Amino acid sequence: MKNIKFFLVGILFGIVMSKAEIISWYRIYEMFKFQSFHMYGIIGSAVLIGMVSMFLFRKKVVKTFEGKEIHVPPKKKGLYRNLLGGILFGLGWALAGACPGPMFVLLGKGVVSILVVIFGATLGAFLYGLFKDKIPH
Amino acid sequence: MDFILQPWPWYVAGPIIALIMFLLFYFGERFGVSSNLETFCAIGGAGKFTDYFKIDWKQNKWNLMFVAGAITGGFIASTWLTTSNVVAINPQTVKDLANIGIENAGATYMPKEIFSISTMLTLKGFLILLVAGLMVGFGARWAGGCTSGHAITGLSNLELPSLISVIGFFIGGLIMTWYILPLLF
Repeated sequence: MKNIKFFLVGILFGIVMSKAEIISWYRIYEMFKFQSFHMYGIIGSAVLIGMVSMFLFRKKVVKTFEGKEIHVPPKKKGLYRNLLGGILFGLGWALAGACPGPMFVLLGKGVVSILVVIFGATLGAFLYGLFKDKIPH
Repeated sequence: MDFILQPWPWYVAGPIIALIMFLLFYFGERFGVSSNLETFCAIGGAGKFTDYFKIDWKQNKWNLMFVAGAITGGFIASTWLTTSNVVAINPQTVKDLANIGIENAGATYMPKEIFSISTMLTLKGFLILLVAGLMVGFGARWAGGCTSGHAITGLSNLELPSLISVIGFFIGGLIMTWYILPLLF
């Protein structure tokens, strides 16, 4: 039952994604049309506050609840991986109007058709695993 | 209570997302939703096809619990914490969408032209949903993260790979929104 805390944090995530309309297809379209500050404000303020968290982790001011040092795992480097993978992700994000987190929140909202998107995303991850040695990183 | 029932502004949502990331690290894990897609593959037996999925998925149980929570949170928010499904998008956005064949933009959370059951049951509608998912899943794993892992965690941690990925997210998103979506409906 030690994982129950992650369930609770997930609930908070689902509520904030819903209540701030981040799960709305229209908010993503509006963002890519540069017609609203809403999404930029959300991501921007989360990143600014996140930087403070990272600073506190790095300076060991904040440790885990078990007293261990917090190491944020570095991201894998590679221009092709990040740029081409990113572009493909962005194409899907703007078409589905949802990235992986909101997909699951939409399922909870009762949007049945999002199951096709989630299935596609899982299949996409599987195909990446199959072909990863044949594509540039 | 009225404040909770109204749509939440960005300056409430952004800090809460930062809090979520903080809590996940404080609990000894990290913020990354798209990793779960690989866990699904591993559970489904994808390890039979490639060693990439031969992972001990039980180590990722915490993240599956996070996903279960996200689904539950979506249910709680839409059932008890939301009085209106209207999304107050920019009137110009509504006009732009009408011009490309998406009517009544913002009247609900999702356009029926993409997400209604009857659209899903057409070949074109089904393929749009499937291909959108495929690109998200393949792209996220190729790039090594999605919005949570790269845009929030990676940018907070001043990671160059994440900055490049987020630039990629926007290149792809802008191409889809400005040049491909107008051709689809």
